[in-house]
Formats: sequence, structure tokens, C-alpha cells
Amino acid sequence: MEHAAEQVHHAADTVAAAAAHAPDLHYAIWLLLFPLIGLVVNGLINRNWPEKLTGWFGSLMIIGSFSVAVSLFMQLLKLDPHHRAVNVTFFNWLNIGGLHLDFAFLIDPLSVVMILVVTGISSLIHIYSIGYMHGDARFRVFFTYLNLFVFFMLILVLGNNYPIMFIGWEGVGLASYLLIGFWWEDMSKAEAGMKAFVVNRIGDFGVLIAMFLMFSHLGTLTFSEVFPAAAQHYAHDLNNAVIVGIGLMLLLGAAGKSAQFPLYVWLPDAMAGPTPVSALIHAATMVTAGVYMIARSSMFYVLAPNAAWVVALIGGFTALFAATIGLRQFDIKKVLAYSTVSQLGYMVMACGVFAFGAGVFHLMTHAFFKALLFLGSGAVIHTMHGGLHHVNDHHTDPQDIRNMGGLRKKIPVTFWTFLLATLAIAGIPGFSGFFSKDEILAYAFMFFKGEGGLTILPYVLGLVAAGLTAFYMFRLVYLTFYGKYKGPEGSEEGLHESPAVMTVPLMILAILAVIGGWVGLPPVLGENLNKMHHWLEPVFAPSFEAVHYHPEHLSMGTEWVLITIAVLTALFGIGLAWMFYIKQGREAKPDSEQTGFAKVLWKKYYLDEIYNAGVIQPLIKTCKFFWHGVDEKVVDGGMVHGSARTVRWGGSVLRTLQTGVVGNYAVLLVIGVVAILLAVYVR
Amino acid sequence: MSLWLTSIVFIPLLGALLLILVPASKSALIRGFSFVVMLIGFIVSLPLFWAFDASSAAFQFVEKVPWIPSIGINYHLGLDGISLLLVLLTTFLGPIVILGSGAIQKHLKGYFISILLLQTGMLGAFLALDLFLFYIFWEVMLIPMYFLIGIWGGLERIYAAVKFFIYTMVGSLLMLVAILWIYFNTTVPGIGHTFDYTQLVQYAHFDVHAQLWLFAAFALAFAIKVPMFPFHTWLPDAHVQAPTAGSVILAGVLLKMGTYGYIRFAMPMFPDGVDHFKPVMIALAVIGIVYGAMVSIAQKDMKKLVAYSSVSHLGFVMLGLFALNAQAVSGALIQMVNHGLSTGALFLLVGVVYDRRHTRMIADYGGIAKVMPWYAAVFTMVALSSIGMPGLNGFIGEFLILVGAFKSHPVWAIIAATGVILAAIYLLWMIRRVFYGPMTHKENESLTDLNLREWATLVPLLIFIVWIGVYPNTFLSKFTVSIQHFLEQTIR
Repeated sequence: MEHAAEQVHHAADTVAAAAAHAPDLHYAIWLLLFPLIGLVVNGLINRNWPEKLTGWFGSLMIIGSFSVAVSLFMQLLKLDPHHRAVNVTFFNWLNIGGLHLDFAFLIDPLSVVMILVVTGISSLIHIYSIGYMHGDARFRVFFTYLNLFVFFMLILVLGNNYPIMFIGWEGVGLASYLLIGFWWEDMSKAEAGMKAFVVNRIGDFGVLIAMFLMFSHLGTLTFSEVFPAAAQHYAHDLNNAVIVGIGLMLLLGAAGKSAQFPLYVWLPDAMAGPTPVSALIHAATMVTAGVYMIARSSMFYVLAPNAAWVVALIGGFTALFAATIGLRQFDIKKVLAYSTVSQLGYMVMACGVFAFGAGVFHLMTHAFFKALLFLGSGAVIHTMHGGLHHVNDHHTDPQDIRNMGGLRKKIPVTFWTFLLATLAIAGIPGFSGFFSKDEILAYAFMFFKGEGGLTILPYVLGLVAAGLTAFYMFRLVYLTFYGKYKGPEGSEEGLHESPAVMTVPLMILAILAVIGGWVGLPPVLGENLNKMHHWLEPVFAPSFEAVHYHPEHLSMGTEWVLITIAVLTALFGIGLAWMFYIKQGREAKPDSEQTGFAKVLWKKYYLDEIYNAGVIQPLIKTCKFFWHGVDEKVVDGGMVHGSARTVRWGGSVLRTLQTGVVGNYAVLLVIGVVAILLAVYVR
Repeated sequence: MSLWLTSIVFIPLLGALLLILVPASKSALIRGFSFVVMLIGFIVSLPLFWAFDASSAAFQFVEKVPWIPSIGINYHLGLDGISLLLVLLTTFLGPIVILGSGAIQKHLKGYFISILLLQTGMLGAFLALDLFLFYIFWEVMLIPMYFLIGIWGGLERIYAAVKFFIYTMVGSLLMLVAILWIYFNTTVPGIGHTFDYTQLVQYAHFDVHAQLWLFAAFALAFAIKVPMFPFHTWLPDAHVQAPTAGSVILAGVLLKMGTYGYIRFAMPMFPDGVDHFKPVMIALAVIGIVYGAMVSIAQKDMKKLVAYSSVSHLGFVMLGLFALNAQAVSGALIQMVNHGLSTGALFLLVGVVYDRRHTRMIADYGGIAKVMPWYAAVFTMVALSSIGMPGLNGFIGEFLILVGAFKSHPVWAIIAATGVILAAIYLLWMIRRVFYGPMTHKENESLTDLNLREWATLVPLLIFIVWIGVYPNTFLSKFTVSIQHFLEQTIR
């Protein structure tokens, strides 16, 4: 007894010692306070500030957050790798009958990667927006919304429990809704915003159910408690229905937020928002939240391999499916949107084959090169606007690549940075995307080596998607920047490179898109060069230890073969694009000439039409039926008025019988008094 | 014995009596005086929040004097964690309701007398601890509300008022019969027959059969008031016809009278009845959630849409109450407050454009965010609170209700959770059609944004919408112990 008490005491001492050792990270709240100040000032106080002041104020707030993020990264570096998980509690949020939730941050290697990416990219995109949104009537509101987004995104990745994460999760959805519909005078843009919100809500429903399952079976929703509890109860009961359920419901959430099949349909429409928004929210950061959540929840997936397998399949399928649609799009942003869906599929697939670290690595490199691609496309659109404005053309679509061509000489900075990003996404060795994609494919292959049979699917889906990606990205580059300019006559004179606030962020991102992958070099180049892997390892180690999972090892030879196959696939895609669009000089056909399977791809497999006919219209019809058919006719007409009629009829019968029921007199009396009073009142 | 609760209940009545002396022509004075009375009522009630001892489930600030001792009727008031927030919600909404009556021109004096009278009725009903007294206050609420709809309402006001009256009356009479039955069939040692709630809840032990009938009678009266599906059809009519302030009171407080009736009377007094009817109540609650939301989607009238959304939201409250665990019941209680704030605010907001354009049809608007940007922003925020956006109040209620309900009734909770998706559809769809897109009606181009009076009605609501969402503990901590006590009484 005494001994046990002593042990507990000792344990408490150790915890206390560790706590004393851990640095005080409460200043992390400034991550949130900076954007909060930004959105309050620009949203409520700022009345008629000049654009520059508004824009720089909003941007500086985010740069402030970025510096806090860098400092937190330094703090973690100083700690022993296995103590790099610091819970910082600010206040108790909910405490009801065993449901105890704090407003608290979990600062660990995973959340630090996320906050660095989020605040870093956000800073650049805020600055870029000062140029891009120049002259917009709601310039101030735009920066308010951007700050709002960063505020919630940081809550999402920092929360140390699911409900706090969920606050951020829905908050970024709100920011996304507001920014997609930013130019709401155009009804189609407002519709796109609403579509995003509602489709995401379907995913949120999944997250809610997952939380309910956790709480009712594991009794907690806090990360540091729920994962050990799951391991303790289910490590010897793999694929228990509860954990599979949690895994699948979280996947539903991720499918909404990270645009996976079949819920991805909102993301291409989300391109209705201003291009910086597409870059920040709908490519680099928010849409990766689902991947973050799955990686954060790695414990559930190792305990429920069946759920993980579904994750791998959905991810792999999405990667391929979206890539095929990307082959046949003509809107520069739509190509990039489908590319984003496809790359997100890659990340999700990585998590499904237990390559959580590789998934997060790809999340980071993708954030660099995809943000760059979108900002580059924004610069292209900006330039096209200039050209069309020059000849007073308001009909030609400035986003349609069929109106572009030959832009590389006009806007060299945009071209070169865009090209570097394209090389990165295509997976050309040395560029960031190569390393993360290669790691995912290597893990997918290892997974197959361990499991055999159909588990080759993720690898194959990933490889084919990689080839398609290389093709459609170079198709985009060739049609946009090479060949002859196909815009309206005379507009060529109006084409100019964008201002420095736009091109400097492009250049910074270009550097990151090139070197950003060097933190995760593959084992063939040497031992321990994958810094990213080691950095994230302590986050996922407890999950793997719980089930004693050790991924298969690949020999150097196999690694080299895999790399060679991946590179050849990419080169094949690029080569094909070169042959079609440079050597043969093919032109993209106008809408009216689209036929066959190409048309099916162009029409996105008609999925939106199918949803409309199969889900939306029936839902609205049912709602109308409930109102007119059920509520008005049956409940009100039948039940309420029916009983009124019965009473009237009964009353007439009773009157003839002259029974003199006292209750009836009472009711009549009350009604009579009221009627008299009413008559007096009205007069 | 202090007279704190008595003064809270009767300050509005006193105001109403004084108002009779004011000449009907002095409209500014009538408005100002009514506002001051409500404000005094709120200020007097506010310190309850701090004076209340949240660590005790006992009734506090109790006042008990024999009223009609020969038949065991007491004037008995008391406050516990369950009624605390509802009383404060009522007094808080009082001044807001007066400010929100700016468009009323007809029979001003009668209007404000009715509202003040209603306020006394509602506060009395929340504080009464004697079944007879409760019944009196319950009926007192009915008459002024009937006039508010019937006199100051829209075109079909008489139909709506009579429907409201008869519907509620039918339920009330059943409850009266049940109260009388309880009275005659209970003998408290040393006292005899009594209407005293605290005595009855302790000494009245009826056999299962009797409890079923008693629960059914109370439950029906309260179900009509909530209203639960399928007793809800008076609500859309009443809301659509009622003036803005009437709708705010109706949604803000009166509907809570139904859910309060369950948690105070029907459930703790008849635990076997609860046990027996629980499956039906939960099924009806969940049907109400989904059905109310789906019917909302189909609406063309903004007020009717909000009215049907109330059916859905109150379904959440009922689900929480009958899930019978700490999370769900806490969620239900905070959701009662949330619904009062958010739906009250939505009715005020619909009133804002109705006052300007005299139409509530969604199709008559479109693109008005251009001329009313602040209005659009506030509307969106309140809608998000109603949708259950985390960080705002609605989420706390829905989350706690669902998390609790899932523990006891997982399948029903999952079905109920789809209401979260549907809510996003009906509210965002309305927002899109009213605020976004091109300006489709010339008349709307001259619409003006929120004025000072309207801001004054909305800002207090917005403050609590955010407060409850960000730091719910301020409020939840007040009733944790009372709810524990409620669960001990109710669970068989």
C-alpha cells in the first residue's frame, strides 16, 4: 500500500519534473491573437484606411504569427525528441459529467510543421493579395476574412482535443464559404460558396459521429488520453467495430474537407473565389486539414487496418480519378483544382498505407508548389485582364487557356516560377515534389511487400496518377506559355508582368518549391538524411508501438528501381505533352467540338449532374412534399382541423341531447369572455 | 424572507398598472416607460446570477406564504439552477422586446400593457413552486399572447390567435385535471392535501398505472407548448401572424415553458411515466428535428422558415431531456437559452426588413447585402449560431445533446445529427437568396442598413451568442448540480 503510494508520488514527481523542464509555451496564444487583432481592426475599426495600410496591417499580423511559429519550432528543437509534445492549457472549456475539455494547444512536431506551413504561406499570400486585390471595392473585407481564416486554421492544427480542433475545422469552412462567395453579386459564386459549406457539413457529420463514438467507448476526446485509451482497449482486438467506425467516420470528415471522392465536388467550384484564396485555402492549407486529422488520428488507423485500407483506396482512387479530369480542363484554375484533388488523394493514400509522415511531408511540399502554381495562375489571369482591358474586351474569358499561349516572353518571372513549380509537381528529381511523392510510392510498395495481393493497388494508382499529373501539368505550361498568343487582336500590347508585391512572393515560393524537399532525402542518398521523417517520428511512434507494426524494409536495389520507374513515368508524361502540344502543335478544341470520352472528362464524368438529379432534386421534392403533403394536409388539415370538425359535430349532437357538460360550459365561457374582450379591444 | 423573487415577477405587472394611468396619446412616454420598467426588471434580476449558490440543488430565495390555506394552496416561489438562466433570459429579453416594437402604432397602450402582463406571467411560471400557482401563471401568459397575435398581428391574425388559444387551452385543461387528481390522491404527513410542488415531488408516489396517465396529461400540455411534432402546426401560423416582438417572446421564452414543464414537473414527478414513454418521446423529438428542418427547406416565407426551424431546434432540446444523462440534459438546458437568443435574434432580423418593405417573402429580396452590408453580416452570424457553428452558442447545446444522446440511443442520435446538415441548407439557402446575387427588385435599392435602435436590440444578443460559444462554463457551471439532482429524481 505504502509502496504503491510512494510509486504514485514518484510518478507525480517525474511528471512535475518534466513539467518544470518543459518550457512555458503560453505565449503560443499570440499565434491566435495576431490574426484576431487583424480581423477585429480591419473588420470593425478600420473605416477608410488606404489600401496599402489595410493590406500591410493584415499581412503584418500574419507575419507576427509566423515568427511565433518559428520560435515554437526552436523551442521544440531544444527538447529531447521524446518530450516534444507540450500541452498548453489556457482555460477549461467544458466540464460536464466526465466530459472534460480544455481550450488547450498541443505543440508537437506535427502541429509545428502545420503552423509553420500555414503562417509561412499565409504571410506570402497576404502580401501578394495587396497587389492582386488592388482596387477591389471590398479590399478591407477581404483582408478581414483572410485573417479570420488563419485564426481558425491555427485553432484547427493546435487544438489538443477533437472538439477544439472541430472549432477550427468549421471555422475555416466558414472562412472558405465567405471567400468563395466573396464576389457574391455573381450568383454562381454565391452558389459555389454554399455548395462548399453544405458538402463540408456532410463531412462534419462524420467527424461528429466519430467524436460520439470515441466519447461513449473511450470516455475522452483529448488527444493525449484518447489514443492511449484506444491502444489499451483495442490493441489486442484489431478491427473492432468501434475503431473501424471511428476511422471511417473521420475519413468521411476528411473526404469533405480534403476533397476526396465522392465529396470532392465542391473544390473545383471553389475556384470562384479570388485566386489568392484558391492558393491559400483551397490548395495549400485548409484542404489539407483532413490529411492532418487522419495523421493525428494515426492510432485509430493502426488499430483498424480495415479502415486504413479504405483510406488508402479512397485516396488512391481520388488521386487517379481527379487526374483524369485534369487532362481535359481548359480553365487554368480548374486544371490546378483537379490537380489539388489528385494530390490530396496522394496524401490521404499515404496515410492509408501507414506512411503518415510521408503524407505530411507531401502536404508540406505540395503547399509550396501548389500555392506557387495558383499564385502564378493568378499572375497570368492578372496579365490577361490587363491585355483584355487594353482592347476593352469584357467577353473573352481571361482564365481559359485556349485564349492564352506564348506568354513566357511577356511575363518571364511568372513563367519561370510556374515552370519550377510544375517540375516539382511532376516529380522531377531534385525538386521538392519528387522526394515526397517518391517516399509515398516507396511506402505504398513496402505495404504491398508486407501484405501482398491486391495491396499493390495504392502503388499502381499512385504511379499512374503521377504520370497523368506530369502530362496535364505540362499541357498546361505548353498551352499557356508556349506557342502563339491566341487572345483577341491587339490585346497583346496590354500584357505586362505583375507588380513586385506579387512577383516577390512567387520567387520566394519558387525557392521553397525547389529546395523544400531536401529535408526529406531518401535512404539511397545516405542514412539519416530524411530529417522530416525523424522530426515527425515521435508523433507516430506510439501508434506503431501499440500494435508492434514495422514497415517492411526495401533494399537499396529495390529503392533505385522504384525511383527509376517513377522518374520514367513522369518523363513519359512530359514527353507525351511535349509531343502533342509542341512537336505536333495541337490546339485545345473549343467547347462545341468536344466529343467522346474526352467530352466525358471535360464534363467531369457528369458527377455534378448526377448529384443534382439523384440527391438534390429528390431532397427538395421530399421537403416540399413534407410541407404541402404532410404538414398542411395531414397534420394540420386532417388532425387539427379534423378534430375541430369532430368537436363541432359532437357539440351539435350534445346540444340536442342537452346533457349540460360543465367542462363544455367552462371552455365556452372562456372563449366567450375572450371574444368579448377582443371585440372591445379592437373597437 | 426577502421579496426578491416577488419583485422580479411583479415589477412588470406594476408597470402595466401604472401604464393605465398614462394617457393613450403620449406614445413616446408609453414606450419609454415600458422600456424603463423592463430594464428595472432586468437590473433587479441580474444579481441573482452571482447570489445564486450553484453548489446546491435546493431551491433558493424561497418565498412561501399560505394563500388559500383551507385547500393547501401556497404562494410559493423559488429558484434553482434549472430556472435561473430561464428567468434571466426572460428579464434580459424584456427591454429588447420593447425596443423591437418600434413598428407598432395601433393601440400602443394596450400593446405594452399586454407585453408587461405577459412578462409577469412567464416569470411567475418559471418561479412558481405550487402547482396551483403555476397553473394560474400558465394561464395568465395565454391571454396577453392571444391579444398580441389577434390585435397586432398580420392579415390572418384572428385565425392564428384562436388556433393558438384553443390548442394551448386543450392541453392546459388536461393538465388541470391531472393536477386536481394529484391533489386529491396525495396526503402529505402532517399537511394533508396540497398543491405544493416540493412536497409533492417528495411524497407523491403513484403506482405505475397512475403515473402513465398523469405523465401523459402533463406531457401533452407541454408537448403542445414546445411544440413537438405532430402538435406543432399552431406555431408557424402564430409566428407568421404575430408582430415581431410577439414572435421574439414566443420563440424566446414561451416555447421554453413547454420544455421547462417537462424538466420541472412532468419528468421528476412521474419517473415511471418517463421510463415508459421515453421511446415515444425520443422518436417524436428526432422526427421533429429532421421533419422540422426539411419543412424549413421548402419555405418561401422567412418567418415561416424560422418558425419551422424552431420545431427542429426544440426537437434537440427534447432529445436531450429524454436521453437522461448529464451531458444531454445540460445541453438541453443551454440549448433552451440558445434558442431564445438565436431565434429571438432571427425574428428581430426578419422584422428589420419587414418594417422597411412589408414583405417576408424570400423572393421579394435578393442581393440586398449591397445596400445593407451590416445587416447581412449580423444576419449571417446569427444564422451560423442557429446552424450550430462551433465557437458560437448553438454548437455547445447541440454537441452536448448529441454526445449524451449517443451514449444512450446511438441510432436516434445519428439520425438527429443529420439535422445539422439540413440546418445549414435551409439557413444558407435563405441567406443566398436574400442577400446575394444581383439586386433583382428596384424597391430594394433604397433599403437602409441597421439603425441605432436595431443595433441596440441585436448587440446584447450577439454578445451572449459569442460568450456562450467561447466560454460556456460561465453558464453551465450554474446548473450542473441541479441537473445531477434532476437525474437522481427522474431515472428509474
